[in-house]
Amino acid sequence: MTGLLLAAAVGALLFAAGLAAGRLLAHRAAQAGADLGTPVERATFQTLHTASAAAPPLRAGLTEDAARKAVRRLRPLFGPAALGLTAEDRLLAWDGPGRHHEEAALERVRHVLDTGRTQTFAVTCQVPDCPVRRGAAAPLTVDGRVLGALVVLGVEESASAVRATEEVARWVSVQLELADLDRTRTGLIEAEIRALRAQISPHFIYNSLAAIASFVRTDPERARELLLEFADFTRYSFRRHGDFTTLAEELRSIEQFLELVRARFGQRLEVTLQIAPEVLPVAVPFLCLQPLVENAVKHGLEESVERSRIGITARDEGALARIVIEDNGVGMEPDRLRRILRGADGSPAGTGLRNVDERLRQVYGDDHGLVIETGVGAGMKITMRIPKYRPGVRSAPPHTASR
Amino acid sequence: MNQTYGVVAVSAAVVVTLVIGSTGLRISRTTSDFYVASRTVPPYLNAMAISGEYLSAASFLGIAGLVVAQGVEMLWFPVGYAAGYLVLLAFVAAPLRRSGAYTLPDFADVRLESRAARRVASVLVVGVGWLYLLPQLQGAGLTLGLVTGAPRWLGGALVAVVVALAVAAGGMRSITFVQAFQYCLKLTALLVPALFLVLAWHGDPHPGAALDEPPTFRRHTQVTVDDTVRLRIREPLRAVASGAVDGKRYDDERLALEPGVHEVRAGTALRFPPGAPVPARESGDGRGGGASSWAAPLSGGRDEHPLYTTYGLIFATFLGTMGLPHVLVRFYTNPDGRAARRTTVIVLALVGGFYLLPPLYGLLGRIYAPDLLLTGNTDAAVLVLPERLVGGAAGDLLGALIAAGACAAFLSTASGLTLSVAGVLSQDVLPSLGVRHFRLATLLAVAVPLTVSTAAGKLPVANAVGLAFAVAASSFCPLLVLGIWWRGLTAPGAIAGLLTGGGSALTAVALTIAGPFADGWLHTLLAWPAVWSVPLGFLTMVLVSLATRDRIPAGTDAAMARLHLPERPAGRGVPATRRGVTTR
Repeated sequence: MTGLLLAAAVGALLFAAGLAAGRLLAHRAAQAGADLGTPVERATFQTLHTASAAAPPLRAGLTEDAARKAVRRLRPLFGPAALGLTAEDRLLAWDGPGRHHEEAALERVRHVLDTGRTQTFAVTCQVPDCPVRRGAAAPLTVDGRVLGALVVLGVEESASAVRATEEVARWVSVQLELADLDRTRTGLIEAEIRALRAQISPHFIYNSLAAIASFVRTDPERARELLLEFADFTRYSFRRHGDFTTLAEELRSIEQFLELVRARFGQRLEVTLQIAPEVLPVAVPFLCLQPLVENAVKHGLEESVERSRIGITARDEGALARIVIEDNGVGMEPDRLRRILRGADGSPAGTGLRNVDERLRQVYGDDHGLVIETGVGAGMKITMRIPKYRPGVRSAPPHTASR
Repeated sequence: MNQTYGVVAVSAAVVVTLVIGSTGLRISRTTSDFYVASRTVPPYLNAMAISGEYLSAASFLGIAGLVVAQGVEMLWFPVGYAAGYLVLLAFVAAPLRRSGAYTLPDFADVRLESRAARRVASVLVVGVGWLYLLPQLQGAGLTLGLVTGAPRWLGGALVAVVVALAVAAGGMRSITFVQAFQYCLKLTALLVPALFLVLAWHGDPHPGAALDEPPTFRRHTQVTVDDTVRLRIREPLRAVASGAVDGKRYDDERLALEPGVHEVRAGTALRFPPGAPVPARESGDGRGGGASSWAAPLSGGRDEHPLYTTYGLIFATFLGTMGLPHVLVRFYTNPDGRAARRTTVIVLALVGGFYLLPPLYGLLGRIYAPDLLLTGNTDAAVLVLPERLVGGAAGDLLGALIAAGACAAFLSTASGLTLSVAGVLSQDVLPSLGVRHFRLATLLAVAVPLTVSTAAGKLPVANAVGLAFAVAASSFCPLLVLGIWWRGLTAPGAIAGLLTGGGSALTAVALTIAGPFADGWLHTLLAWPAVWSVPLGFLTMVLVSLATRDRIPAGTDAAMARLHLPERPAGRGVPATRRGVTTR
C-alpha cells in the first residue's frame, strides 16, 4: 500500500519536474533561438521589453506597491547596481545590495529635490564586502514639480551610468505623468457622473407644484400628502452621498414620483409591478430607474391621450438582476434612438436615457448597457442587467441626518 | 412498493416544483402597490428556503441508511449538519451579508482585492459544488430505481436533465418560494409517515428485540442479492436458496450455513425463516453491519479508528456548512446583516427539527427492514418502511409521499447547486465565454458530476456528502473566518491556504473515490480528511499571511469596518415606512 502511494507521489513529482523543465526550455528556445538580428538590436529589444514590463505598475502612480514592482523590473538595466525610488524624501522601494546607505542616499535626494538636478556622489563604506562605491540620484519631474527621485548605487563612476540614471528617471517621469493624466480623466468622469446623476427636470418640479396647488382648496389633506411626497422625492434626488443605492430605495423614489404624476393625470396612468423580492437588496446606480420611468410617463401620457400602462419588472437571474421597464406609449424611431444614445441628437429629449446608459456602461462594462426595444407607435421596452456584485459597488445606507 | 402511486407522487413533486418556479412570481407579486412590491423576503421565508435547499438526499435518505447500518454513532451526521449553522451564525452570517458579496469568490474579491484569490476560490467552489452534486444524483437514481424499477444510472440522468433544463431556461425564477415549498414538502413527507410508523410500531405485539443484539428477520423474508456478496455468519443458519452459494447451485433447496464466511452469487434469492439472525455483509466497500455494538457509540465494526472518524465528521460538518456555495448565495436575499443573523437562527430551528426524524427511520429500519443489511442497500430504508410496517393501500400512499419528499430533496439541492456552479463557471472560470454562455456552463455543471456518479458506482450517499463538507471546511472555512476576523490576512496567504487546505482535502477525496487504499490508517486519514486538512488550511493561511505582511490589502480597514459595523444605527432597525407616517 505504502509502496503504491510512494510510486504515485514520485510519479506526480516527476511529472511536475518534467513540465517545469519543458516550459523553461521552451522559453529559452523562444528567447535565444528566434534569431532576432544583431546584438545591438537584441539589446534594444531587451531594453524596450524591460521598460514595457515596468510601465503598468507605474501607471498606478507613485505608491509603495507600484514602486516595488517597478524597481524590481527596472534593475536589470543597471547590472549589479542597487536601485531605489523615493517619493519626496521617503524611500518607497529598494532593490539590490547596500540598503545601509539609505540615509546617505536620502541626504542626496533632498539635495536633488531642492535643485531639481541630477547628483552624483561617492559613498564611503565601513562594511567589508559592500560593493557600493558611487551613487547617482536623478529627479522625477511631473508638470515641472519634482515628486521624488531615482537612486542608483553602483560599483564605479562612469558617465554612461549617470546618463542611464537620468534617462530612466525621465522615462519614469513620463509614466508618472501618464498616471496623473489617468487620474485626471477618472476624476473628470466622476465629476461628469455627479453632474449628470441628479437631473430632475425643472418642468417636473413646476408641474408637480402646480398640480398640488390645484388640490389645496378642494382637498387639503391630499395636497398635504402630495407635498410630503414631493419633499421626500426631492430629498432623495438631491442627496449628496453615495453613488449607489438599493433597488428597494430606488423603487420607493419611483413610487413618490408616480404619485405626483398621478396628481396631474389622475386615473389615466396604470402601473404594474412584478418585483422578485430576492433582488430588492441589489445595489444599483443612484437614480438609474427614475429617468427611465419618467421617459415612459412622457411617452405614454404627455404625448398621447389614451390610458397609459407602465410595467416595471425585476427578476432574479442568478448572479444578475434583470430589470425591465415597459410602456405602451408612442415609442420612438430606432434610428433616432440610436442617435440619442450616441449623443449625436442635439435635442434634450433623450438625455435621461443616454445618461443612464453611459453610467451603467462605466460601472459594469459595455455588456451591461441599456437594451431598448421600440418602434413608432409600438411602445418601448428597456432592459438592464445589473450584476449583484461588482467590486467597488456598494449601496450607501439611507441617510437620515436630514430629518 | 406500488409503482403507480410512486410514479404519480414523484411526477407531482417535479411538476409542482417547476410550476411554482416559473409562475410563483406571477401569482404572488404582481401588484400596483409599491408598498407590497418592495417588501423584502422576511427572515422566516428565507430561512425556509435555505433549509429547503440545504436538506439534500443525504439528509433525507442517507442518514437513516447509515443509522440502520452502523448504529447510533452515525447520529453525529444530523448533529453536525445542524450545528454547522451555529458556527455560521456566530462567525460568518452577518458580516458576510454586510460585505455585499453574492458568492464566495465575490467575498475573496471584497476582502482581498485580488483577482488571483478570486480565481482560486472560484475553482474550489466548482469543485465543492460538483462533489455535492454527486450524491444528489446517486440519491435520485436510488429513489427512482426503487419507485419505478428503472436502472440506477437512469434516475440520476433524468434528474440531471430536469435540473439542467429548469436552470438553463430560467425556470427557477422565484427560487425563494420554490425552496420554501420544498422544505415544507420534505418535512411533511417525513413527519406524516413517521407518525403512522410510530403508531404501527406501538401497536406491534413484538416491538423488536433489544437494539444491541444482532438484528433478526421478523417473518419469512426473501432477499435477492444484486451483487455477489460475502456473508459472515456467526451461528448456524438455515435458509432456502435458489442460485449459487459457495460455488454450488441450489434450485429452491434448503441449505444450512455453518459459521464462517460464505459467498453468495449475484441474482441469488435467499428465503429466511422468522427469527433467523441477519447475516452480516463482508464486502469491499466496508459497509459492514450486524456488529453487536449498534447502540453503543465508538465501537462500530466499520472502521478501525472510530474516535478519529467521529472527529473527522465533526470537523467537516461543523465547519463545512459555511463553505457550501448554494447556501451562501441565499444570504444575499436578506436586506441586511441583522436579518441574515435572524434568518440563520430560524434555519437552525427548522433544520434541527427536521433532523429529529431520520434517526427514527434508522431505528425502525433496523428492526423492520434488516434484509437491507444483507443487500447493502441501506439508503433505501426510509423508502421501504411504510410498506413493511403499515402495509396495504395506506402503506403505499405513505411510501409515495416519502418518494415525493425524496424527489424534492434531490431536486431542490441539485438545482440550487447547479445554479451556483453554473454561475461561477460562467462568471469566473470560463470568462472567455462571456455572460451569454450561461446555458453552456449549466450543461457543464451537470455533466461532470453525472459522468463521475455513473462511473464511481455506489459510494454511500451520506459519505459522499461528508467528503464535500470536508473540502468546503478545509478551504472556505479558513478564508471566511480569517477574512472576517483577522486584519492580517493577505491575498498570497489566502491563496496558499485555499490551495493547501482545499487541495489536500480534494486529493484525499479523489483517492478515496478512486480507492487504491482499501483499509488501514491511510484509508481512514484519506476518507476523513477534515481533522488534518482544516488545521492545515488555517495554518498555511496564517503563516503565509504573516510572511507577506507587506501585502496586506490597502482597503483592509475600510473592508473590516464595512463587515462589522451595523448598516444603520441601533434602534432604527425599521427602514423608512410609508411616507408621511414618519412626520407625525
